[in-house]
Parts: sequence; C-alpha cells; structure tokens
Amino acid sequence: MLMYVVRRLLQAVPVVIGTTFLIYFMVFAMPGDPILAMFGDKTPNQATYDALAAQYHLDQPFIVQYGLYMKDLFSGNLGTTFSGQSVGEVLARTFPVTLKLAAMAIALEFSMAVILGLFAGLRKGKLFDNITLVIGLIMLSVPIFVLGFLAQYFVAIKWGWASPTVGSDTSLANMWLPAVVLALSLFTTSMRLMRGTVIDTRSRDFVRTAYAKGLPGRRVIPVHVLRNSLIPVVTNSAANFGVLMVGATVTEGIFNVPGVGNTLYQAIIRGEGPTVVSFVTVMVLAYVVINILVDLLYAVLDPRIRYA
Amino acid sequence: MPKPEHYVAPFDENEMAEVDKVKLNEKPSNLWSDAWRSLRRRPLFYISLVTVLIIVLMALFPTLFTSVSPTDNCQLANSNGGPTEGHPMGFTRQGCDVYARVVWGARTSLAVGLLATAISGVVGIIMGAFAGFYGGWVDSVLSRLGDIFFSIPYILAAVVVMSVLADYRSVWTLAFAIGGFAWASLARILRSEILRVKSGDFVMASIATGRTPFRTLVSHVLPNSITPVIVYLTLSLGGAIVAEATLSFLGVGLPTSVMSWGNDISAAQTSLRTAPMTLIWPSIFLTVTVLAFITLGELVRDALDPKARARG
Repeated sequence: MLMYVVRRLLQAVPVVIGTTFLIYFMVFAMPGDPILAMFGDKTPNQATYDALAAQYHLDQPFIVQYGLYMKDLFSGNLGTTFSGQSVGEVLARTFPVTLKLAAMAIALEFSMAVILGLFAGLRKGKLFDNITLVIGLIMLSVPIFVLGFLAQYFVAIKWGWASPTVGSDTSLANMWLPAVVLALSLFTTSMRLMRGTVIDTRSRDFVRTAYAKGLPGRRVIPVHVLRNSLIPVVTNSAANFGVLMVGATVTEGIFNVPGVGNTLYQAIIRGEGPTVVSFVTVMVLAYVVINILVDLLYAVLDPRIRYA
Repeated sequence: MPKPEHYVAPFDENEMAEVDKVKLNEKPSNLWSDAWRSLRRRPLFYISLVTVLIIVLMALFPTLFTSVSPTDNCQLANSNGGPTEGHPMGFTRQGCDVYARVVWGARTSLAVGLLATAISGVVGIIMGAFAGFYGGWVDSVLSRLGDIFFSIPYILAAVVVMSVLADYRSVWTLAFAIGGFAWASLARILRSEILRVKSGDFVMASIATGRTPFRTLVSHVLPNSITPVIVYLTLSLGGAIVAEATLSFLGVGLPTSVMSWGNDISAAQTSLRTAPMTLIWPSIFLTVTVLAFITLGELVRDALDPKARARG
C-alpha cells in the first residue's frame, strides 16, 4: 500500500507542474502585453499594472517568470484579486461555503445514483428502468445554468419553497436548492454506471451461490449485490469533480452563494483576468489533489489495484 | 447382477445442425450491419435522428422555418411581449422575435459544437493512436501530456483562454478553446483500444508483408479500433454545444452581437421574473438538441456493443 501511495504521489508531480505551466503559458506567452490582455477592454491604473507586473515577474525571461511564480504558489502566495485582497484570504473565507455546498450535492447525488441505479438494474427493461433512463438523459442534456434558472424561477420565485438567492445565510436549510440543482446535474453518469454494474454483479456466481444457499433476496441484494457494485460509482465521483467545479461556479453565481465558485463567476462576468487565472489555478490544483485522494480510496476498496 | 441403465439424453441432431449450418444465401454479417439491424428496431433512434435532421436543416436554411428577421424590426414597444399572431414565442427584452432568434441561433450552436468536436477528435485520435501503437517513450511522453490536459476541466481552461483572447472572440477561437482541451479522454479511450487490437495476427501479417508500421496503423489498426471513438464523438458533440452555451452565459463565449442559444439565455436572465418564456424557449431548443445527440450516441454505443445487445 505504501508503495502504491508513493507511486501515485510521484505521478502527480509532472501533472502539477504541467497544468500550472499550461495555464501560465496560455496567459503570459501570448503576444502582446499579458496584463493588458487580462483586463480586456478595461485599462488598469498604473499602480495595479505595476503590482501585477511585479507579482508575475514580467521583467524576467519567461521560464524564470514561471519558476518564480511556482515558488510563490508553493509558499502560499496565490496573488491578489482585482480589488486588492489576497487570494489566500478570499479562499479562506469562501472555501468552507463551497465545501458545504459540494458535500451536500455529492451526498445527494451519491444516494440518488445508488438507490435509483440499484432498482433500475434490478428491474432491467421494466417501466422503472426506462423512466430513470429518460429522466437521466434529460438531466444530462440540460445545461446547469438552465437547470439553475428553472429551479430559481419555479421552485423559489413562483412556488416560494426556497429563497431565490442564498446571500450570507449559508445554513443547510437555505442552501438546499442549489445543492439539489448541482446533484441533479451530476447523478446521471453515476446512476447509469450503478445500473450496469448491478446487472453484471447479479449474474455472478457468488450471487447465484448466495441464492442457492437459500438466502432471501432482502439479504442477497444489499449485502452481496449492492456492496460489490459500489466501487465504480466511487471512482466515477472523481471524474464528477471536474463537472462539479464548473457546476459550482455557475450555480453559486445564479443563487449568489458566497463561495469560491461565485468569486470566480463574478471575476469572469466582470472580466477581471488576474482573479480568473488565480482561481482557475487553485481549482485545477484542487482537482489534482482530489483525483489522488479518490485513487487512494479506490486502492483501499479494491486490493487488486494496489498490487497491480 | 445387472447394473441399472444410465439415462442418456437423446442427441438432438437437427438442432445442432441448424446452428452449425453456414447460410450461403445470406449476406455475411459484420459489426456495422448487425448494429444497423438493431438500431432499426429502436423507435428512439428515429425520434432522435429526425430531431437532429431538423436542427441541421434549421442551421443550414433558417429561412425555411421563419420569414421574420431575428435582428431587424426589433421594436422596444414589444419588449418582453407575449405571443401574438405571427410571433408564436413572444418577444425578447429588445423586442425581437424569440422564435426567429431561436431558429437563427441553431447555426452558431451547431457550428461551434461540430468544430470543437472535430478539433478534439483530430487531436485525440493522433495522440491516442501514436501512444497506443508505438508504445515506449512515445507512449510515455504523449500519455503524460494527456494526463496534464485530463487534469484541467475543459470549461475552466476555455474560460482562461477566452478571457485572454477577449479581443478575438469568434466561433473559431471558441471552438479551439473547447476542442483544444477536451481531447484527453478520447486519447485515453483510443490508446487502450489500440493496445487491445495491435496484438492481433492481422497486424503482424501486415507488417510481415512489408507494410511500414505507420501504414499498418492507418489501414489496419485504426479502422479496427474506431468504434469507441465514434461513440465518444457523438456523445461529446452534445457536451461541446453545452460548453458553448455555458461560456456564452458566463460572458466569455461569443460576442453578444452573435446570435446563439447561450447568448439568448444569458440576455434573458435579467427578465427571468417578468418574462420567463424568453429564457425557457432557447433553453428548450438547446436541451432538445443536446438530448438528441446524446440519445443517438447512447443508442449507437448499445448497437455496437454485442455484450450490451445480449443484455438487452
């Protein structure tokens, strides 16, 4: 297991270097003045310009710039936002909110995927299976911002079941609607995966053995079928994190949740390039870390992986 | 003492003969004809195919569907107006006809979707094919490169690219921003498929007859591992259309002067409380289009996968 952990961590090193280099390259190796480009049609004042030029070491050759940028990144200096706050401080304030929203969404998504996928797999080809298939495909096709607006209009504004915007009150009761929207945008792939695995697992010999021993279905299904079908769903949640990050950016923007996603959303809407770059870098690094954690979790769940 | 007779089941000669018989008068079956036969029986296939054809027709010849101009004759007097005679979906905030804008918007959304998918397809096929077929250091380099692109959610990458390219936003830059970062999964899928295919005898035979490895790759290995690529590309076409709409919604997609479903939804969000239908109509068109492509991809996947066919 230790060997596997070390190997997986070593594999992440080129990915971290590569992703940060790629983002940095996209912004700073473009022809023209990168700082002016980041502001689009706005012109920064001289003080902001100088601060950014110093922060990104623009007087140095490109590769030295990148090296210094990485040094800053790993010593915790993530740059400053457009309004002059340090990115680290903004993250410390907004991250817990996003974490709460993401945890709610994932918990909801996971239980929906497992329960619906299990019953769809057990009733393969029946009405329930087809209904979940159609609902799942529709949820996969609706862009998250459309889902967000529809939920906001119907559930919050028209029927008044939730507040249309979250604002500063980030209690569970106030954030359930954006969490549901996020979960709905995520659950289809997991549910379809769960359904397929349940169908596969059900035809395995150990399930037949369990029935042959005379065990009732209410024991075979949860203990033998369900538990052995969960691994692919857990791994899929890693791939889902990419969708979740984009989804959180849009959902937090629509419902005005004061999280990391909303900060990025506001920066994009207002064309504040430097903030966008800092936050995308942070999100990509978080994505890399989450992928490592899920891989390790996978190895814990499935011994075949760590001895491979 | 006589032993009891063992029961021996009668040998069913006819049934086995039926299985073994080579039907000479029937066309030989192959993967594609089998897939087509199973697709033909699914009503969902026709529904999604007709939907896709209508959208394509709408993109190519919008005047077939509406004679109202989507940009001229916009009168602020009609701002957020409900449906009237000749304007079945009402008016936008700017007083333009919603139906005409939705019809004309199909072209942009489809163009970005197709271009982005084509770009990610070309890059993904090249990267995956070379990595899988040549192995060794080529594989190491290309696969690590793929890992890097795989680790960046492509919409976030496109947000950065489009933020930097603020002055050059167009269908082409948007397609490159989406497609240039969406190829990594495809390369992974193709690489593992090629690893499976390349150990086949026909590959060795092709090399033994003096074909260069590259020509073997192009004429034998790729055609035999293209199935998952086609399925993936059909599915990702829907994803690319959603990506265009999402980026336009965030304000880093196409310029607001370009008509697209994403831009229309984005513009309508300020009128959500007063005129929700101006937001809902383009959303419906967007969703139905994506749904049609994704359903088509799922059906083709099922049809091409004999295991799934057997599962029913």
